[in-house]
Amino acid sequence: MRKIKNLIMTVMISLATLICLIPLFLLLYYVIKMGISSINLDFFIKNPKPMGEIGGGMLNSIVGTLIVLGMASLIGIPFGLATGIYLAENKGTKLAEWVRLSTEVLVGIPSIVIGILVYSWVVKTMNTFSAFAGSIALTIIMIPLLARSTEEVLLMVPNTLKEAAFALGASRWNTQRMIVMKTAMGGIISAILSSIGRIAGETAPLLFTAFGNQFFSTKLFRPISTLPIQIFTYARSPNVVQNKMAWAGALLLVSMVLLLNFSAKWISQALVKRSKN
Amino acid sequence: MFYMRSDKVFKIVLLVFGFLILFFSIGIFIQLSSSAWLSIKQNGVSFLFKSVWDPNKDVYGALPFLIGTFITALLSVFLSLPLSIGTSLFLSDYVKGNFSNIISSLIDLLASIPSVVYGLWGLFMLVPYIRILENWLFKYAGFIPLFNSKPYGVGILSATVVLLIMILPYSISVIKEVLKMVPDDLKEAGYALGANKWEVMQKIVLPYIKSGIFAGTGLSLGRALGETMAVTMVIGNRNAVPTSLFDPANTLASVIANEFYEASSASHVSSLIYLALILFVFSFLVNFTMQLILRKINTGMIKK
Amino acid sequence: MKKNLLLVTGLVMLFSMSMFSCTGKNPVIQEAKELSGAGATFPKVLYEKYFDNYNQLKQVQVNYQAVGSGAGINTLIEKTIDFGATDAPMKAEEEEKAGAAVLHIPTSLGAVVITYNLEGSPKLKLNASAISGIFLGTIKKWNDPVLQQLNVGTTLPDANIVVIHRSDGSGTTYTFTEYLTKADPNWEKALGTGKTVNWPVGLGGKGNDGVAGLLTQTPNSIGYVELIFAAQNNLPYALIQNKSGNFVEPTLESVSKAADIELPDDLKVSITDTDSADGYPISTFTWIILYQEQNYNNRDITKARAVYNLLWWITHEGQDINETLQFGKLSDLAVQKAEALIKQITFDGKPIN
Repeated sequence: MRKIKNLIMTVMISLATLICLIPLFLLLYYVIKMGISSINLDFFIKNPKPMGEIGGGMLNSIVGTLIVLGMASLIGIPFGLATGIYLAENKGTKLAEWVRLSTEVLVGIPSIVIGILVYSWVVKTMNTFSAFAGSIALTIIMIPLLARSTEEVLLMVPNTLKEAAFALGASRWNTQRMIVMKTAMGGIISAILSSIGRIAGETAPLLFTAFGNQFFSTKLFRPISTLPIQIFTYARSPNVVQNKMAWAGALLLVSMVLLLNFSAKWISQALVKRSKN
Repeated sequence: MFYMRSDKVFKIVLLVFGFLILFFSIGIFIQLSSSAWLSIKQNGVSFLFKSVWDPNKDVYGALPFLIGTFITALLSVFLSLPLSIGTSLFLSDYVKGNFSNIISSLIDLLASIPSVVYGLWGLFMLVPYIRILENWLFKYAGFIPLFNSKPYGVGILSATVVLLIMILPYSISVIKEVLKMVPDDLKEAGYALGANKWEVMQKIVLPYIKSGIFAGTGLSLGRALGETMAVTMVIGNRNAVPTSLFDPANTLASVIANEFYEASSASHVSSLIYLALILFVFSFLVNFTMQLILRKINTGMIKK
Repeated sequence: MKKNLLLVTGLVMLFSMSMFSCTGKNPVIQEAKELSGAGATFPKVLYEKYFDNYNQLKQVQVNYQAVGSGAGINTLIEKTIDFGATDAPMKAEEEEKAGAAVLHIPTSLGAVVITYNLEGSPKLKLNASAISGIFLGTIKKWNDPVLQQLNVGTTLPDANIVVIHRSDGSGTTYTFTEYLTKADPNWEKALGTGKTVNWPVGLGGKGNDGVAGLLTQTPNSIGYVELIFAAQNNLPYALIQNKSGNFVEPTLESVSKAADIELPDDLKVSITDTDSADGYPISTFTWIILYQEQNYNNRDITKARAVYNLLWWITHEGQDINETLQFGKLSDLAVQKAEALIKQITFDGKPIN
């Protein structure tokens, strides 16, 4: 009886894992199957055609996504890193606890709410939807994520290392830079990559900020097209050509995100291996 | 000398960033409250209990969206619970080494897929099957109140299933972490007493990680509450209180995504931001409580 | 390791510099090369074509986002775009909120068609009370006697009707509900006219494309969309009985006939439930809206000139595109009146040309 129960539970538990994996495979399967048939050279080098016409690509959205992501990383990375270092360095102080609480608040904010905030703060003040506004929205999502993972990585650096450096007369900044950063570099790079991966697919905060643009645009203070928004628009379309574009866009977006995540994982694993040697 | 100065600069720079974050999160609350003030003044707390949302007549009530949000979120969390506990146990105690690592990285992939892609997949691939399931349930189990309305395909059930898939990796990763903290000697003691694997899991491991499971599901609840794009694409977008699992509905987040652009009257905009404020407060409370619990678990374990 | 960091920062900097340099080159020009507009999804197909052609002709990029008429009016009032687009004329309180005079320039005529997803795509005939019954939820099945009576000879299935409506504020909904309000007393009592109404039944789709998309996904459904969305996606549409008792198919001709009425100078006129005997009853003008005085928010005259030229082109050369996309052309009288309106656009109180 006990044995049977054990066996049943083993089967159930394995089954649970299988059930969790099935949607992943189905999803990847469909995205690849549906996407690959619409991806061709035109997809990468042409802008969209008016609805109802055949052909065209998503060049403007691809470039738009890179610009918005680049801009967001440019602000978000230093900000997130600094906050993370601050948290790790001042662990236990009251102010740091408040700052930590704030990052928790920020992590928990639904991304659509961030879209509304940036609309009120940036879009309305500048009187235009813009790539810049979209970047700010993504930055706000990125900072707390990066801050927290940076803190985690830094806290894993053994204290003895830091103390040794202090004992040798190094200043705090030098200690931070030389010892801690060096040891934690792999972790930090992987934290950066995965936070970029996280914001790359965000759609809701871009709705009211980056807006959209059917033309090719690289201007920071003009509306810009991005992959997630374009996928959303094309997915809802009754037009089969545009539906296909949505799948192709999804395939590209998923590949981008997975690539970022894989490299993050690979870097951190490679460094773990090296530090073991 | 130079060292000392750079040291100070470093400290100040960090402090400034810390403060900025602090101001930021306070600023968000203030901004939302002030933009929602008009609606708060007009509708008060009864906003939460009014079931009609009709911008055309300037009548605003949040009840349909609160119900839509909580049903989809709670249901998906509830359904994900056995799956995520099972998977976590599988990964920590039933398989070892590389195999376990590969599977957990696969499950992590679920978390990295953008929500709009979930929506796309849900709408085109999942909804047709859910429609078949709904029609079948309606035909044979239509007497049960949960299944007694006309099935459309898109609606609460579809949104729940998509959410369920999306939150799995979050609760699994938390539970997995907590499982790591279960002392090996406890388990070994169990095995030494002649208990088999499931008995060890049931009698020793699960009670030990109870609060971790709670925190894990709580965090995924926070995630489910605020999810926007995928839900908007499969929930059917109807501003009425749903009466069955098949009904189209709207969540706090999806109604904002649908109506924020076009809201032209001041009270409509303000009411939407009021919804955003409610969503913000709920997600904050859930996240914050769970973080507190997690931290307690962490420190508690270390002391032991 | 430090080298890597340097490399990464270097790349990021390079990237950002290249972005800024793109924004930098902007020689002195008479006419702005970029405009942005937002609003109605109803003429989305037409406007995308207009602006694609216009860009090829004049190298002016007009970014148009079809986000709904409500949003078109709203974003114009918030001054985040250069022009809005709507199929429902602005209400008095909206004009008041705008704070300055707003012009309505019609670009085309459109029809809202009743489309459905039924096995075999039969051609249906409907009247106002049947449509009203379906969308109010009182007619629940396809083989309801009311529908069967209107469609003698067509076998309608014993299936539940799935109603699909708009989830966002839209001029299409406005036109549709305005027609029903005029033509059916039950509707007037229950829901009335609006860009969004409190639908008692059905699913919501975002945008004309969202409704058509949901419709193709849902068997036994019925919805309302702009003609082109049904035509382009091979969705069937119903003949509607007009005020004179004729069942009229939505065509370019029947839509233009609906506009065969007295036109006021500001061109803010409703043509739903038209008196014209051969007119399709759910027809409407669709407008581009803009501030009459273009000098606001530090805009410069180049933008005003660009908007002026664009509108002139749309109401003249652009009109040739309308019919290729199933949109009605403006009548000569309407173009004349539109010219007069466009000439009222000013910058600093002075006319543009």
